[in-house]
Amino acid sequence: MHRLIAYCWRMLLLAMMLAAPLARADLTVDIVGGGSSRYPLTILPMQNEEWLPEAVTQTVKSDLAMTGLFGLLEPPGGTVLPASPQAFDPAPWQQNGSRAVLYGKVTKLEGGLLRLTFWAETVNPREQKLAAEFDVHSSQLRDVAHRIADMVYEALLGSKSLFASRIAFVVQKGKESRLQVADVDGRRAQTVLRSAEPIISPAWSPDGSRLAYVSFENKKPVIYVQDLATGQRRLLANFKGSNSAPTWSPDGRKLAIVLTLSGNSQVYIINADGTGLSRFSYSDAIDTEPVFSPDGRQIAFVSDRSGGPQIYIQPLDGSKTVRRVTFQGAYNVSPAFSPDGRQLAYVRREGGRFKVMLQDLATGDARMISNSAFDESPSFAPNGKMVLYASDEGGRSVLYAASTQHPGRVKLGVLEGQVQDAAWGPFNP
Amino acid sequence: MKVLPFVVAAAAVLLSACASTSNPADTANAGNAAIVSGNSGSTTGSAGGSSLNPAQPLPQVDAVSAEAAAYAGVNGKSVFFDFDQFAIKDEYKGVVEAHAAYLGKYKGRVLVQGNTDVRGSREYNLALGQRRAESVKQSLEVLGVKPEQVEAVSFGMEKPRATGTTDSDHAQNRRADFAYQ
Repeated sequence: MHRLIAYCWRMLLLAMMLAAPLARADLTVDIVGGGSSRYPLTILPMQNEEWLPEAVTQTVKSDLAMTGLFGLLEPPGGTVLPASPQAFDPAPWQQNGSRAVLYGKVTKLEGGLLRLTFWAETVNPREQKLAAEFDVHSSQLRDVAHRIADMVYEALLGSKSLFASRIAFVVQKGKESRLQVADVDGRRAQTVLRSAEPIISPAWSPDGSRLAYVSFENKKPVIYVQDLATGQRRLLANFKGSNSAPTWSPDGRKLAIVLTLSGNSQVYIINADGTGLSRFSYSDAIDTEPVFSPDGRQIAFVSDRSGGPQIYIQPLDGSKTVRRVTFQGAYNVSPAFSPDGRQLAYVRREGGRFKVMLQDLATGDARMISNSAFDESPSFAPNGKMVLYASDEGGRSVLYAASTQHPGRVKLGVLEGQVQDAAWGPFNP
Repeated sequence: MKVLPFVVAAAAVLLSACASTSNPADTANAGNAAIVSGNSGSTTGSAGGSSLNPAQPLPQVDAVSAEAAAYAGVNGKSVFFDFDQFAIKDEYKGVVEAHAAYLGKYKGRVLVQGNTDVRGSREYNLALGQRRAESVKQSLEVLGVKPEQVEAVSFGMEKPRATGTTDSDHAQNRRADFAYQ
């Protein structure tokens, strides 16, 4: 099927242009096994790409490699770069095992604008899957690269991509904690809050405009909600005792939080404006880490009511019928629902190691998707195809993203300091 | 807010130096010793106060010195816990009693901050630290401290005293601290 998509991005958000990266992050692709099921793709440099201040096709490659769904093939040296479908010869790419090729060109326009034109074609049989054009300033090239990656992903795989989203995490550097928001690959990190006291548990509002988080700046944990565009924040919960573990309802109107008003940690529901507090869980044990299901009808949370911490699901209809969903292992914590509500990612402690598990809620089958000793805080990409988590590497905390479909994972955000408490945001509005 | 006579300030420095001893067992001893030091500190304080400034009205100096010395006796004294436990061990009952005595006499307010070692879920550890803080709060109340004087909160695994990974590092982090307000 032929598709022609033409995009003109003459204007991007001013905020994007002003976004100054605080620290550079590199992406290390560490994909293991399962190569045969990946989509074999050759990405050619664009003709005249050397005119650009940054290598757009390198970012596209890095993005698509990160998904774990593409097997990227290197073109042989001396390859003539086609600058139009008429100039494209599929024969060499049929021979090197590519299923599709991405190619394109750069042209200079008046007023300092650059035109990026590119095409994606399958080679056997030959079929144009994508044709697109961007007129941009050089400051917008990274946004364009992520957009191209999304378009290629969607044209070739036929499902929703994930680079039009952002991630939040906490960086601890010395005694300072920084709450940061970055591109999916960890680059262009921006600090939204600095504190001399710890910050934990960032949670995105469903529209991506706000972050809820726990701050210890008042000698105890209290919950704030911060607007990302204005930087303004306000207290959501500062009740006696500890206030923690905020997560949003899918409609963004309420949050589930954990308070200790009864002397033990219990789950409460509160309106996003801080009114209307009501208790949700009732036990003499610890109940914490609540998350709403995507349909907003139930909450998964951790409770040690059976002895050790296990994950339970309880409906919001007031029936208080609680269902335990983890039975393997003595320590299962930090649940996250997949966007389709069918899977649960969580952390299991086994033999002194902490692993990210992915469990099918219908069958109860669970498999491990992380591979180091201390992995924490799993969070789904908005398309459900990857899980972001923090991992200990030689005493330093770094971020990884694992595919939910293939046994592959990538390390991202090689930032300085301890990078922890990752939360993958929704699709950008 | 409090003006400490020099001798008492020096005693406080010495005592807090004791309290920062890295081994919890040592700290326990320091904690127990602190009750004694606290009492003797009170004596030292008033003696020092009057000898430094004999012209100052004695009762006021006594009151300030005694409270400061008592504070020095409890300040920095923590309760340590076994792995996955929140019961207060016998060796730390003296620490809790000293804080209860201080709170009973001087009517202040204290945040009891529970802490855990540095492995596992941050939020679950926050809840475990809360359980330790609540355990201390209840013990203080049994000893006559009024509920409104004590708030139990948790830092979970966020404020480790030791950042290593040995058993003794972890043991130092499984504790409840007392932050007077």
